[in-house]
Formats: sequence, C-alpha cells, structure tokens
Amino acid sequence: MNVKNYVRFEFFSCPENVSFARSSVGAFAAQLSCTLNDIEEIKLVVSEAVSNSIIHGYDNRPNEKIMVTVSIGYDNSLEIAVEDFGKGIEDVEQAMEPAFSSDATRMGMGFTFMKSFMDTVNVISEVDKGTTVRLERRFALASETDA
Amino acid sequence: MNIDCKNIYDTLIIRLTGELDLLVSEKLREFIDIKIKENQSRVLILNLEKVSFVDSSGLGVIIGRYKKISAQKGKMYIAGAQPMVEQILVLSGINKLIPLCGNEQEIIKNYREDGV
Ligand SMILES: Nc1ncnc2c1ncn2[C@@H]1O[C@H](COP(=O)(O)OP(=O)(O)O)[C@@H](O)[C@H]1O
Ligand SMILES: [Mg+2]
Repeated sequence: MNVKNYVRFEFFSCPENVSFARSSVGAFAAQLSCTLNDIEEIKLVVSEAVSNSIIHGYDNRPNEKIMVTVSIGYDNSLEIAVEDFGKGIEDVEQAMEPAFSSDATRMGMGFTFMKSFMDTVNVISEVDKGTTVRLERRFALASETDA
Repeated sequence: MNIDCKNIYDTLIIRLTGELDLLVSEKLREFIDIKIKENQSRVLILNLEKVSFVDSSGLGVIIGRYKKISAQKGKMYIAGAQPMVEQILVLSGINKLIPLCGNEQEIIKNYREDGV
C-alpha cells in the first residue's frame, strides 16, 4: 500500500475502550471515499478484533496493552492492524472457522464478520507472545463507480 | 446503553438505547434474566429501534436470552432493528431463530393471532 495517511494508538484492554477504538477508527476512515454503511462495517470489524484481544488474548485482564494502527492508501484502501501481546492462538485456521469459539458462551462469529466485511483478514499469532490481526479493504474510487 | 423495561401480562418488553458491545453485554444479560424470573415471562420482545450498534458480544446476549426463554417454552421477538443491525442479525443467522419485526405492535398482534 502506498500510504497517504496513518494513525497509531494504544490503550488498556478494558471493555470501555472497545467503543473508543471503533469510533476512532471510524472517524479516521471517514477520510476515505466510502459510504456511511462502509464506516459502520469498519467499526464492527474493529470492535470484533479489539474485543478478541481483551477477552481471549488477555482473558479479560483490563490493564494490558492493545495497539491499533490504521493506514489509508492513495488507492482509497484501508488497512487496520490490531495487535495484542497476550496468550496467542495455537491453531489460527481453526480459530477462524465460522462458529468456532474456545469459549462455550460465545458465538464464534468475530472472524466471520471480519471476513465478510473486509477483503483480506490476516492473522499472525504466536503462543504466549501475542496476536496481530491485519484487515484490509479497498473501496471503489469515484472514477471507477462513475461512467 | 440505556435499558427500559415494561411488562404486559407475561410479556417482557426490553427497549434498548445506545450501543450493544462487550462493555454492556454482561449487565444486559443479568438485567434481562432477573426480569424474566421476576415476571415469569413467556414472551420476550427486544426492541432495538434505538440501538445504533451491535457486535458479536451483543449477539451473544441476544442468542443466550433466546435459548433461555425457549427452554421455558416461551417465545422471543426482535423489533425495529436498524439496517446495519439487521444485516448482522441476518449474517449470524439469528433471524432464523428469532423473528425480526417492524415494531412492537406488529409482534403483539401476531402472537395474539397465533394464540400464544
Ligand atoms: N487476540 C486473540 N488472542 C487469542 N485468541 C484469540 C484472539 N482472537 C481470537 N482468538 C481465538 O479465536 C476464536 C474465534 O474468535 P471469534 O471468531 O472472534 O469468536 P469468539 O470471540 O466468539 O470466540 C476465539 O474463541 C479464540 O479462541
Ligand atoms: Mg470474537
């Protein structure tokens, strides 16, 4: 990606910060040429990835670090990276299957939503080191939708 | 998140305002479960008209309440979901378990006709 603009922020892994993270990314992503519905979808995937870091990565410990980096490309693309330094994922492929959850009370839809609303979902994880979820999507340019 | 609650006979109406995510999911779960127990509710109507955001933590609460009320042979309905909220209710398949309706009145009219 040829980066036009980016932001990076880090915050504690407390549930209060989930809405902060998604709203902030949503506000930044408004620089893209995209629809309001696209922004809602972006907010949803950020909410899923950040919630996963809190719930799974850190087993709900509220004082750990989560880092979010958002980049906007000249080609009207968006890249979001959500990084934690928690317990990591043993089997990434299994974790990403629809309806898979290591927690019986949860639905296992987080990765499914991320895959539905983004072009690519890339997970890099190491047990006891942490997890980075990288989400990418390119939005149509005005010149592509006209005509 | 603001929770407003109303009982009409054995029907529990829960009206939510705000965003339904990890922060509020636990409180909401507890609140609804207490009300179901107190009221011995047989029908749960979840009004989402004023809910601007739901993620999978929120969906977890919704599906959990559905399972609970179904286990007691009760019914659950969702009223007034906004387009983005409706989209994820459909994507998650929740709409196949819990009917999505336009508004509360529509539901009450329907289940009276069903003889619930
Ligand atoms: N940041 C993370 N750290 C550790 N495990 C994770 C992380 N994100 C996801 N997982 C694992 O992947 C599974 C699937 O995630 P997801 O699709 O969001 O479903 P859910 O959150 O409902 O369990 C989780 O149950 C968990 O085991
Ligand atoms: Mg999740």
